[in-house]
Amino acid sequence: MMNVAQAMTKCLELEGVKDIFGYPGAAICPFYDALISSTIRHILVRHEQNAAHAASGYARATGKPAVCVATSGPGATNLITGIATAYSDSIPMVVITGQVSTELLGRDVFQEADITGSAEPFVKHSYLVKNPREIPRIFKEAFYIAGSGRPGPVLIDIPVDVQKAEIDFEYPKTVDIRGYKPSIKGHPLQIKRVAEAIKLAKKPIICAGGGVFATDAKSVLVEFAEKYDIPVVTTMMGIGCIPSKHPLHFGMLGTHGKKVANLAINESDLLILIGARVGDRAVTTPGVLEKRTKIIHIDVDPAEIGKNMDAQIPLVGDAKVILGQIIKSLDETDKHTEWIFRLNELKSQEKIVDGTDGINPKRFLQLLSSKADENCIVVGDVGQNQIWTANHFEIKKGRFVTTGGMGTMGYSVGAAIGAKTAKPKKQVFAICGDGSFQMQMMELGTICQHDIPVKIIIMKNNRLGMVRELQKNLYHNNLTAVFLDGSPNFVTIASAYGIKSKSINRLDQEEEAINEMLQCDGPYLLECVINPDEPTL
Amino acid sequence: MKHTISILVENHPGVLSRISGLFARRSFNIESLAVGVTDDSTISRITIVVDGNDYTVEQVEKQLNKLIDVIKLKTLTPSETISRELMLVKVSANSSDRGDIINIVKVMDAKICDITRTTMTIEASQTTENLDNMLEILKPYGIREVVRTGTIAAQKGSDTITAKK
Repeated sequence: MMNVAQAMTKCLELEGVKDIFGYPGAAICPFYDALISSTIRHILVRHEQNAAHAASGYARATGKPAVCVATSGPGATNLITGIATAYSDSIPMVVITGQVSTELLGRDVFQEADITGSAEPFVKHSYLVKNPREIPRIFKEAFYIAGSGRPGPVLIDIPVDVQKAEIDFEYPKTVDIRGYKPSIKGHPLQIKRVAEAIKLAKKPIICAGGGVFATDAKSVLVEFAEKYDIPVVTTMMGIGCIPSKHPLHFGMLGTHGKKVANLAINESDLLILIGARVGDRAVTTPGVLEKRTKIIHIDVDPAEIGKNMDAQIPLVGDAKVILGQIIKSLDETDKHTEWIFRLNELKSQEKIVDGTDGINPKRFLQLLSSKADENCIVVGDVGQNQIWTANHFEIKKGRFVTTGGMGTMGYSVGAAIGAKTAKPKKQVFAICGDGSFQMQMMELGTICQHDIPVKIIIMKNNRLGMVRELQKNLYHNNLTAVFLDGSPNFVTIASAYGIKSKSINRLDQEEEAINEMLQCDGPYLLECVINPDEPTL
Repeated sequence: MKHTISILVENHPGVLSRISGLFARRSFNIESLAVGVTDDSTISRITIVVDGNDYTVEQVEKQLNKLIDVIKLKTLTPSETISRELMLVKVSANSSDRGDIINIVKVMDAKICDITRTTMTIEASQTTENLDNMLEILKPYGIREVVRTGTIAAQKGSDTITAKK
């Protein structure tokens, strides 16, 4: 016999969970009480939303479901943006919330919120546990659902009296959910059709998305592209699934992507989408594209195929398995020399226009990536900083982590904390703007308390740069509510936490500052004062 | 175009709200929805009539299938489907109208389940179209109240929609 709270920690241990991110409160106290005698490390964040973002960063670094915890009511509702972010980026996550006592449910008592109801649109599945004996099964299912098929967050809401109930503990070995059987292997007939299409194509292109990471298909993707000599463009979520400088890589596509990437899919005669959901920022004119080129859509989620763009050859299953199936069944094809020559020609026309002796964020990020470790993890926030990082930070063997789907400002520091906790030996950078940084500034406390040496880079332009640009281009330059006057001195803020920091504003300071940051063992905050007129692209 | 989708779901609290929430947030129009437990008490069967084109129905099917609580679903072909809806309708019926109404009820294969000095309550189990017709015919007498269950449907012949054991 043990109480449910002890059973919860036991379940987490059995799932191999080593670190969790959370914030306690009355309704989750039994769980925190049990946590003291568990092997699991708890990282106390300063706001629940960042517990979810940290879990998201952790999950991306490990490829396994990560865990965040909060109390009932406001604790739980504060998680929602983080849950929604993970949902839209398909990140495996198990979210645990305390809930008011079962007999009080529905009476609007103190700190009661219907979290399973309010998070419903943003979770892959959720549980409100009323029967204590179901805890082991529910945890087993939650981890399985979160991590398999198309990954996503699963919420478990547990009333405080349930946490205190005594149960016999036995952890199930297997999961059997009759309504959930994700497809793994691609249909052999469709594989054959894909092989035929690849053989015939003269100007094929691969568009790889976040699904490549979700299925750990990076190396097989590169093998696939090289074997059939097919150029690759990526969505924002797919950045890094092939090294930035790989000769077959032609950048990120979409509204904020590289020109060559967009031209490539428009001129192609075969578009192979792999784990990419045809989001509106990536593919702006799916209606035109589906008429112009033949489309193969590989996705583990059948609902994504045909949702935003018709595909002649739909292929449901795990990207890694499917690419393996194709590689096995199809010999090398003719090289696409002419096609790739054409794309290289287009690529060579792209240059950063820059004559400034101030800090150009694009050039700065190129410099930073050249000095950073090959396998570093770089987390982009949201805004101009995200696009600059996406387009200019060269990914070699590391990861680019960002929220491509939800576009949640204030994501980077939390996610970087998570990634660094998961991979303490790797360099982890959070790249944000002065707007997004101020949405998560409180997490400097978490970094200090738990000794998580992430490097934070703030692109400071005293503006909400992306919105400013939008107002300039589409709203007759009527700039409003985009000036961040009143911001504090970030170097002083950092030093108040005891975090090393520096502010630079000139080109000739860049190298030294980067070196100092990289050599610093602890956390570091580097403020780059940039030109407010620097365009996104 | 109307489509009838038959769905087997886990008989849990909250399942219906997941399904109706999905319809609302993805802008799918529900014409009717009927739910009841099956011979297996852990499974409920939901019949939803959706208004939309083929794209919408395909999306509805795929999105529903993503719900963990949805065990199985099928869009039923009208020509191969038996569909029924139950209706209770209270009409004004004074003594001079009663005979006429009783005749309509007989023709429509319905029945009278309650009668007062001024009203009659008719029970009819028919296809949705037949019920609409019946209401049209009863209109001149004065319809006081209409209660309908929404369509339920099963396939013709020996085919069934069942969860794998």
